[in-house]
Amino acid sequence: MLRFLIKRVLNMIPLLIGITFLSFLVMSLVPGNFLSNLKMNPSISPQLIKEMEAEFGLNQPLMVRYFKWLWAMMHLNLGMSMAYHVSVTSLIGTRALNTVILSAASMLFAWVIAIPIGIIVAVKQNSIWDRILSFLAFFGMSVPNFFLAFLMMYVALRTGPTMEHLFGWSLPIGGTYSVDYAQLDTVGKIGDRINHLILPVFVLGVAGMASLMRLMRSQILEIKNSDFVRTARAKGLSERTVIYKHVLRNALNPFVTMAGYGLADLLGGAALVEAVMNLQGLGLLLLEAVRTLDIYLVMGSVLMGTVLLLLGNLLADIALVAVDPRVDFTSLGSQ
Amino acid sequence: MSAAPQILNPFQETSPPPTGRFIGIRREWRLGSWPVRFSALCLTLFYLLAIASPIIAPYDPTYQNRALPDCPPMRLHLSPPSDWQHAFFYAYPMRMVDAQSRRFAEDRTVKSYVHLFSYGHLFTTEAGAPPYFLMGSEGLGRDLFSRIVYGSRVSMFVGLIGVTISFGLGITVGALSGYVGGLLDNLIMRWSEIEMSLPSFYFLLALAAIIPSGMSAVATFFMIVAIMSFISWAGFARIIRGMAASVRSVPYVEAARALGGSRWRVLTHHVMPSVLGYAIVAATLSIPGFILGESALSLLGLGIQEPASSWGNLLAQAEDVQNLARYPWILIPGVFIFLAVMSFNFLGDHLRDRLDPSNAR
Repeated sequence: MLRFLIKRVLNMIPLLIGITFLSFLVMSLVPGNFLSNLKMNPSISPQLIKEMEAEFGLNQPLMVRYFKWLWAMMHLNLGMSMAYHVSVTSLIGTRALNTVILSAASMLFAWVIAIPIGIIVAVKQNSIWDRILSFLAFFGMSVPNFFLAFLMMYVALRTGPTMEHLFGWSLPIGGTYSVDYAQLDTVGKIGDRINHLILPVFVLGVAGMASLMRLMRSQILEIKNSDFVRTARAKGLSERTVIYKHVLRNALNPFVTMAGYGLADLLGGAALVEAVMNLQGLGLLLLEAVRTLDIYLVMGSVLMGTVLLLLGNLLADIALVAVDPRVDFTSLGSQ
Repeated sequence: MSAAPQILNPFQETSPPPTGRFIGIRREWRLGSWPVRFSALCLTLFYLLAIASPIIAPYDPTYQNRALPDCPPMRLHLSPPSDWQHAFFYAYPMRMVDAQSRRFAEDRTVKSYVHLFSYGHLFTTEAGAPPYFLMGSEGLGRDLFSRIVYGSRVSMFVGLIGVTISFGLGITVGALSGYVGGLLDNLIMRWSEIEMSLPSFYFLLALAAIIPSGMSAVATFFMIVAIMSFISWAGFARIIRGMAASVRSVPYVEAARALGGSRWRVLTHHVMPSVLGYAIVAATLSIPGFILGESALSLLGLGIQEPASSWGNLLAQAEDVQNLARYPWILIPGVFIFLAVMSFNFLGDHLRDRLDPSNAR
């Protein structure tokens, strides 16, 4: 396992260099830079602009800037954000954590609901429930998550006053925490954060849930008719044991793999939902940085997003080994 | 067709074989389930909107009715038979009763006739008469329906053009590298690996920064298509490559080679057709990705810019919670995106079943 881990981490290095160079190239192809807006402002002296250019290294050639950035990155210094005037590392840390919490929670939500529903639907194939749920899954897969976010926000807006009246509690509309967050005690803070996570987790979870449910269904249907399942039945095992001990365990393998592949979508979806619902996550940070051409912040966010994705895929592979005894680290590493 | 498949199909005897011009279409229609039929209708309608937008849209999508900002959708009334010489339908024009909260009320004293097939539009009101807003108006008093119709051009063609580019590239490069192998193969696979481990949406956001803000809507559209194709082509190439490599040692390809077919001929006449069925399915299923990508970019203000419209940038208004609460009809473009995406998903799924040789009918 250690060998596998080392190999995977080493594989990441050229990937990260390629990706960071590509995004660096892109950001320098953009007409204008962060200071373009400031130059328009007559109250800012040209001298100050010159100083700022020197401070952020914008007057140096591209390759020099890139290698300086790369060198600094190896020392875990991602440069300064031009808009916020703090180090990118300090900005990204909390934002990335928020995105991880959001993604992990919605993935958990999707799994907890998709697996049992997928099983039920496959076992009762062609029943009315199968038809209804399979159709709903198509619905869930097709609804754009930003549209669903708007819809949910609208529902929360509309039902808010009634909920407040009936239960003294209503779903917050967007945002990461309430206005009075700082005054709350620890329990209250956690409660507040969870409260604000309900809608985004639901929105993000729906799409994943739908596709995972469909996958689970087709997996189980495929395995249900195989020889070893018939043998298990012939041995006189109860239907319950057959499904849980034989069918389900074999169906989980591609399920885990697919869940790993779905991480990129999850991260992208999270970015959109963050932007729409105004959640302080990595995606929203990147969006703001792209809008203001805050180069180092863009670089930092893309890098962080890539690292999150690679780590997620790594975790998915480890989970695959844990779930499926036929797969081990040597076979995974040789792929 | 030989007799064997007919025996397998129990419906063949009860329904007479269709004759006439649209046999293929009618046959497919019969084979499709109702969601598939609905999807086909939806897409036909949307492409009609995109092609014939100047006719279908009742108004100029950029004309601002300054007196009617954020006007709700209007109700259409059937004219009494005595009025049928004017028009079959009419609507009561809206008047703003409260400028603060932009509340409107119908003005029951006047009728604004809605003419069908006149003035070069599918339906519209007389020039100078109060406008009829089928789906309400947006913040500057522009007709939302007209903007949706014109926006369909962007949203419906971004998928088609994007898929054409990225698939054209993917299938050529993929088949070539799978069949030829060697250094090219190696390079392409390394690149597609990088691409697959990218957080693609993050990368899309960063790439969208290249689009200069002063560009025309058409140029922006093609930039977006180019960027998204750039991100997605290697994924297809990888899949096609796998299939082409597996086909390489199949007897009929070996036979073609043994008969003296040139490398190019074997590639275009034997390898590519065998992966085409799969490619069509994958292409259909990847169109929603393009539509969603464009919508997302435009929604976030990085794609198609005002005053041009796309389904995505029309939704940008809803980002303001106040707008969302007061004028829920601004969410209508989202319904269009949803329907388009769902239709392509259903059709792609259906195509997969149809083209799968194991359940051919």
